[in-house]
Amino acid sequence: MRLADQLRFNWQVFSGHPLRTALLLLAVAIGVAAVIMLTSLGEGARRYIDAEFSSLGNRLIVVFPGRNETTGGAPPVYGNTARDLTLEDARALGRIPSIRGYAPIIAGTTPVSRGSRSREVITLGTNAGFFDVRQVTASQGRVFPARAETDALAICVLGDKLKQELFGNDWAVGEWVRIGDRRMRVIGVLEDKGESFGMDMSDIVLIPVKTAEQIFNTPGLFRVILELGEGADQDLAIERIYQVIRDRHEGEDDVTVVTQDSILAAFNNILTVLTLAIAAIGAISLVVAGILVMNISLISVSQRRGEIGLLKAIGASRRQVRELFLGESMLLMVLGIVLGAVFAYGVVYVVRGLYPAFPLMPPWWAVPSAALTALSAGLLFSWLPARRASNLDPVLAMRGIAE
Amino acid sequence: MIEMREVNKTYLMGGQPLQALKDLDLNVGPGEYLSVMGPSGSGKSTLLNMIGLLDRPDSGSYRLNDEPTEALSEEARAALRRDNIGFIFQAFHLVGRLSAFENVELPMVLAGVAPAERKRAVNGVLDQVGLLSRSHHRPNQLSGGQLQRVAIARAIVMKPRILLADEPTGNLDQQSGRDIVEVLENLNQEGITLIVVTHDMAMGKRARRRGQMVDGAIVSDDLQSSGAAHAPG
Ligand SMILES: Nc1ncnc2c1ncn2[C@@H]1O[C@H](COP(=O)(O)OP(=O)(O)OP(=O)(O)O)[C@@H](O)[C@H]1O
Ligand SMILES: [Mg+2]
Repeated sequence: MRLADQLRFNWQVFSGHPLRTALLLLAVAIGVAAVIMLTSLGEGARRYIDAEFSSLGNRLIVVFPGRNETTGGAPPVYGNTARDLTLEDARALGRIPSIRGYAPIIAGTTPVSRGSRSREVITLGTNAGFFDVRQVTASQGRVFPARAETDALAICVLGDKLKQELFGNDWAVGEWVRIGDRRMRVIGVLEDKGESFGMDMSDIVLIPVKTAEQIFNTPGLFRVILELGEGADQDLAIERIYQVIRDRHEGEDDVTVVTQDSILAAFNNILTVLTLAIAAIGAISLVVAGILVMNISLISVSQRRGEIGLLKAIGASRRQVRELFLGESMLLMVLGIVLGAVFAYGVVYVVRGLYPAFPLMPPWWAVPSAALTALSAGLLFSWLPARRASNLDPVLAMRGIAE
Repeated sequence: MIEMREVNKTYLMGGQPLQALKDLDLNVGPGEYLSVMGPSGSGKSTLLNMIGLLDRPDSGSYRLNDEPTEALSEEARAALRRDNIGFIFQAFHLVGRLSAFENVELPMVLAGVAPAERKRAVNGVLDQVGLLSRSHHRPNQLSGGQLQRVAIARAIVMKPRILLADEPTGNLDQQSGRDIVEVLENLNQEGITLIVVTHDMAMGKRARRRGQMVDGAIVSDDLQSSGAAHAPG
């Protein structure tokens, strides 16, 4: 039997039972549309985060002291390292041509108080470069001067929320606060940028790195944040970073380098797995559609016993009868896939128009995998009805007698 | 061309064995016109199904075109049936959603014949049964006699050498019945081997060779003893 003839034959069956066909098409289309739309959500979230990261504008590289042998694990937080990462190291790294800016960081918590109000606050000792690298500015006052890197100045910049707690609506710039056992003058208040890079910047206090060295009594840095120059090759820059560290650390590159890209990649992985999981949930509805197809095909086989018997009497082989019924399900699946895909893309298009901020988008594999699932479900679940049809005894079938 | 030796077929009816064919012998040569009459339940339809390779004997031998059929696979039997045998049933058995043309075309579609050739052949046989003008009608738009003529056209479109008709006039009024008999006899004149099962004495008597079936065996066959095949004439 020619393919065109078989398709025509299947099509004639469909148009002979428009309601039944429409219901089956609907079931398949809903399953396919579910997979595409659900995965669009996951993929949209991934793209959203992607866009958020790239809207940071600059590319950051963070250098931690200590070698992290197990790649992918959390970097060591407190020095389990033989050699400290020093302020000199940070400056040397900052001199790499492809590095535009650098911010040495010493971190700890200290009690911060004004009058009777006192609280333990995350305290970062850093330099003027920090504000460029992290792209934060002062909403009141100013940020650190260049001298903050070399001198233990008694100045500080408060996070927005911390300022509110200590000063309420009073003017804070120029006032004194106590940080640890030192009095320091507030020179600025950070603008509210919300959470960024996993740290709530509104609930910290920034002090000069030299001052922090004294308060925390440590010569070593907690980390160094580097900003990659525009158009600079990241891999080359990382190469240079290790080289600089080796030169300064007697041949040992005992630091861990984490890039913004690697963090983004971790997010990507998580969201991709998540999207796959939702896709699997959507695929369940396709399996349900497959079972529906099986049930209706079984009914159809028993309704068309006479026709099947006749086909055999006029020379159809078992294989031909089986292929006719399998083909019917496959054609139904293909039509359902097309319908569901068109519908889902339509919805995605409309929703994107309504919420342009969220980049809703089916991943490239949504349609192929939904189609593959639908076709396999169709093949699997129509196998039984098709077999039953092909095994019908023609004489009995034509008499319309049940087995 | 049809040689049956001691063919037996037993059905189980609610646990009871029921012998539909009993040591049946039958020889039919090319171009013969044989009618089979007999009481209901005597095994006439079973015999036709056996000849048409729709059913297999429990024992005995059946040679078709000098080839033994017992060992053939299901696929081979289907192909043999498609190319050699045309069936006509009392209940027409047309596919309701297909036009007369498409119904007649069906065996050729199954055989994978090219559309152009199909069209020529289908129009030819529809013309032969006088229904060319109705080729696009659906079965529910045709009379009983017309339906049976569509069924005949379908049975002969593959140019089979054997035409098997199981009470082809049973559902028709007298005039339509006579028309059908005429069509079938014309086909026989052109050389097709015609075997008709009928309850209609008038029709049965027209055949040049008449068999009487009782209890699964052919008890009187005016030419059975001679065993000779009749040349078409
Ligand atoms: N598939 C079957 N299962 C059980 N019994 C069957 C089957 N087919 C036929 N029979 C029995 O075999 C016998 C012969 O049946 P068959 O249909 O050949 O009779 P027939 O001569 O064609 O009768 P009628 O003139 O009524 O059509 C009947 O008793 C019938 O009940
Ligand atoms: Mg009968």
